[in-house]
Amino acid sequence: MAGYSFFGEGLPGIDLAELKGKLIVLEGTDGVGRSTHIGLLKQWLENHGHAVLDTGMTRSALAGKKLKQAKEGHTLGGITMSLFYATDFADRLENEIIPALRAGFVVLTDRYIYSLIARAIVRGSDPEWLREVYGFALRPDAIFYLRLQIDDLVTRVLQSRGFDYWESGMDMHMGEDMYESFVRYQKWLLAEFDKMVETFGFQIVDASGSVEEVFENLRDRVDRVIARNGYGS
Amino acid sequence: MTMAGGMKMYGKHRFPGRLFIVEGIDGSGKSTQLMLLQKWLESEGYVVYFSEWNSSPLVHEVTKRGKKKKMLTGMTFSLIHATDFADRTEHHIIPPLKAGAVVLADRYIYTAFARDVARCVSPKWVRDLYAFAVKPTVAFYFRTPLDVAMKRILGGRDALKYYEAGMDLGLSDDIEESFGLFQSRIIEEYEKMIDEFGLVAIDATRSIEEQQAEVRRIVSEALAGTKKTRIRRWLDIASLARGSRA
Repeated sequence: MAGYSFFGEGLPGIDLAELKGKLIVLEGTDGVGRSTHIGLLKQWLENHGHAVLDTGMTRSALAGKKLKQAKEGHTLGGITMSLFYATDFADRLENEIIPALRAGFVVLTDRYIYSLIARAIVRGSDPEWLREVYGFALRPDAIFYLRLQIDDLVTRVLQSRGFDYWESGMDMHMGEDMYESFVRYQKWLLAEFDKMVETFGFQIVDASGSVEEVFENLRDRVDRVIARNGYGS
Repeated sequence: MTMAGGMKMYGKHRFPGRLFIVEGIDGSGKSTQLMLLQKWLESEGYVVYFSEWNSSPLVHEVTKRGKKKKMLTGMTFSLIHATDFADRTEHHIIPPLKAGAVVLADRYIYTAFARDVARCVSPKWVRDLYAFAVKPTVAFYFRTPLDVAMKRILGGRDALKYYEAGMDLGLSDDIEESFGLFQSRIIEEYEKMIDEFGLVAIDATRSIEEQQAEVRRIVSEALAGTKKTRIRRWLDIASLARGSRA
């Protein structure tokens, strides 16, 4: 039996042996198609009889709303923001993800600690410190890293919704305009993600194909995770 | 932009100011001692900045709501307070220290270490969590036996609050009993930290005056080279001119 573990100093009062479900993470920079694929995977898994919980960042009952406001107001410092995100994540982990795993759900999460770590590193937090802080997180069963080169990413973002203030890292004054800032910021994030591939065992999924192609690739990989050691063991 | 300098860790900060903090359980008399210290420092002409717990309203609202609705676990209690403390560090501790002020704080990271570990959070994790904090110039620990503190608290205040009494730990259904059990765990943690962090223990059963004299003696030793304002001197001159004492 594989069983769950924490990255570091774990959560108090959790019996890991009780966790029966699967924790599957989709990671990748902004605009790479994560939410589209979470939606498709959920449907597909449910069609095959699996109960699914889909969840994402800044959605906790405790801090989600205020965290969004803090982001918009951008008056909080870098370390404060990192910890505000960590609080939001801990609330979701304890109140959504772990109970769902206990109940045998497949948990699909749109981003996990890796995005939070990458974003905080880019904003000046210490990488070692961040890893220790997030030591309470569960190691997922699989991390799919949807990867696009910067040029493809720019094209895709332009085709869909345009540049967003945060996705362009405008709070860090990285370029003269949104385009320049977006490119620099996302390149930096990509570099941080790439550094994490080996450390955390990301499975890289080429996100440059059509939605169908990327989905088929993902679906096969998710299928293998579900089948590993027999579902529910 | 913060990214160029990177993040400073505990003990690595080098600022011209001084940071004095007080710790101890509720009813240890630490706030009274800090207030008296502040009066003295001001009268001596130092630039004193009292670091209040007035962090960002957003973080504060989350904490308040979480407590009121009893939504907090040991972990989220710890993290939301660390968020609050980070805001305080970034906005109310580092800037005055850079400016060369004498910064005073009522409770500091050791409160979190004692309280969170009493809530079963890993001692190592919570210490790592606060690695960004500035190491105080002197950290005073007002050492009080539980029964003395309990008498001061329970006599003077009407209602103990849920988290303050550690009711979330399920130690006892009786709020006063739970408070006592929780505080004794906290004292245990403080005692361990005296050596670990070099806390300066002050016997808080002695008279207020005796304690304050000791505090002032220790603080004055640590103040060599610290900036003073000229206001006091001008006031002195003004009062001299009038032929009276300030």
